[in-house]
Amino acid sequence: MFGTAIAASGLRKAYKDTTVLDGIDLDVRAGTIFSLLGPNGAGKTTTVNVLTTLLTPDAGRAVVAGHDVATETRAVRRAIGVTGQFAAVDGLLTGAENLLMTARLLRLPKEEGRQVTRRLLDRFDIADAAGKPAATYSGGMRRRLDLAMTLVSKPQIIFLDEPTTGLDPRSRLTLWAIVRELVADGVTIFLTTQYLEEADKLADRVAVLDHGRIVAEGTPAELKRRVPGSHIRLRFRDQRELDAGAAVLPGATRDDEALSLHVPGDGGMRTYRALLARLDEHAVEVEEMSLHTPDLDDVFLALTGKASDTTDANDTVDVVDANDQAGPHDSDDTNTAVTA
Amino acid sequence: MSAMTASLADFSTMLQRNFRHTLRNPTALFNAVLFPIVMMLMFVHVFGGSFDVGGVDYIDYATPGVIMMTIGYGVSATAIAVQSDMATGIINRFRVMDVSPSAVLVAHVVASMLRSLASIVFIVLIALAMGFRPDASPLQWLGVLGTVLLALFAVGWLTVALGLGARTPENAGFAVVPLMMLPFLSNAFVETGNMGAGARQFAEYQPFSPITETLRGLLAGDPSASPAIQAAAWCVGLALFGYLRARAKFTKRA
Repeated sequence: MFGTAIAASGLRKAYKDTTVLDGIDLDVRAGTIFSLLGPNGAGKTTTVNVLTTLLTPDAGRAVVAGHDVATETRAVRRAIGVTGQFAAVDGLLTGAENLLMTARLLRLPKEEGRQVTRRLLDRFDIADAAGKPAATYSGGMRRRLDLAMTLVSKPQIIFLDEPTTGLDPRSRLTLWAIVRELVADGVTIFLTTQYLEEADKLADRVAVLDHGRIVAEGTPAELKRRVPGSHIRLRFRDQRELDAGAAVLPGATRDDEALSLHVPGDGGMRTYRALLARLDEHAVEVEEMSLHTPDLDDVFLALTGKASDTTDANDTVDVVDANDQAGPHDSDDTNTAVTA
Repeated sequence: MSAMTASLADFSTMLQRNFRHTLRNPTALFNAVLFPIVMMLMFVHVFGGSFDVGGVDYIDYATPGVIMMTIGYGVSATAIAVQSDMATGIINRFRVMDVSPSAVLVAHVVASMLRSLASIVFIVLIALAMGFRPDASPLQWLGVLGTVLLALFAVGWLTVALGLGARTPENAGFAVVPLMMLPFLSNAFVETGNMGAGARQFAEYQPFSPITETLRGLLAGDPSASPAIQAAAWCVGLALFGYLRARAKFTKRA
């Protein structure tokens, strides 16, 4: 499959005085994963609702699987599958019944419906709980069942609206693996997420959505190139040590509140060694040392204005600080901490 | 497949789903039957002796009222089911799958009607055991069935509309409270002539009174046309109102 799977231009939507979508343009290649990244309230779900024919935009045009969402609703619906933000499974029905119901609504012949159900239950590892009501499932299982129901119709394009929100890390990994498998089968994935790591790991292209506008678009690598480079962060025990460190390292930016210095650098072993040697030489005690490489968090925070609004040297510092506040992503993958 | 048969197929799938819901959630059904039975015992054995209802046995007077109360009580489960369909996102799944909206809503109405009808049959059997002695001919029994179904249809659409308008399950449960209260402010358990000013006028002009009166006449083997016409007019009007509200809400919300 090649060519455009989803194309949108100038999508606008407002509720009373609140503008939710403020002119969205999209171009998603078939057979790729496209991720729409944004904080809560950015307009992600609204975008999905417009592209999946559930909502009529006030202005703009969207073509999905070659069909106009406004005029060829049926054709669009036949080509797509949607797994929404809230698991759209019937809690009182069992997993198998949910799938069979979906097959019936798609008017698959009875036997085919049964086969599809069996296959999907196996594939998504819910066969053991197939006879239990979906309400008793764990969050991860419910999402898998939800996705399985979406796949009954063998859609060419699948919309996943925050598929991993609220899932534990393990369930998230399982879902990621499933998404990758789907793309390998030639399906196009339109994924919304508020997790930068998710977009970074999965997506071929990422668009950053903020206040109903796309503020940046590109491959994860392209977006990362947009923020200042890596730096090493040194934390000191007290003000005196910080002063001493700052005197020794004139190129560093200091943060008095956090008792830390940020030294531009790539974090290679040689840089580390040179830095430590210099500090040793002047008998400066370092409490903790960590390497910070830019990830999508930085891009995101820089672009959505939650971090600094300037691009001078201070920017780097601000981005790092904001990143610390962002919490769980910090220091897991991209930051290497060395405690002195 | 034509649009009509497609809708019918969707409808039967949806109805099956709603039946399963009822069977898996027996508490709702139990509540819908239990309360009217308790009220019937209270009215017949506790209060009934003190009520003057024009010389007939009180249980014969009150049973049609209890039937109306059962109708009013059966709806909260439906309102909550409709609300939860809208809230959990399953309705969006159905819409993206091109399931006709009428199939979803009609299935709720029909499931609600059948559920209440089963409760009513049960209640009438209990009433018979307690000494209820109707004098209706087979044709009049058919009339009773028809009146009950018409009332259930009207109340069903009204309930679906209320459920669609509710944002939370609590709201949905609360929205149908007036339907539960209507029997008490009607001629269901006492004659309206003895009510205070205001209450009497309300009781005389609200929909449940002529419906109760129609059932009472049919069950006593002595139907009269005037309440029946009023009852039919109310039911048709309420059903239409509920249906139009439900359609509008559905299109707007989903």
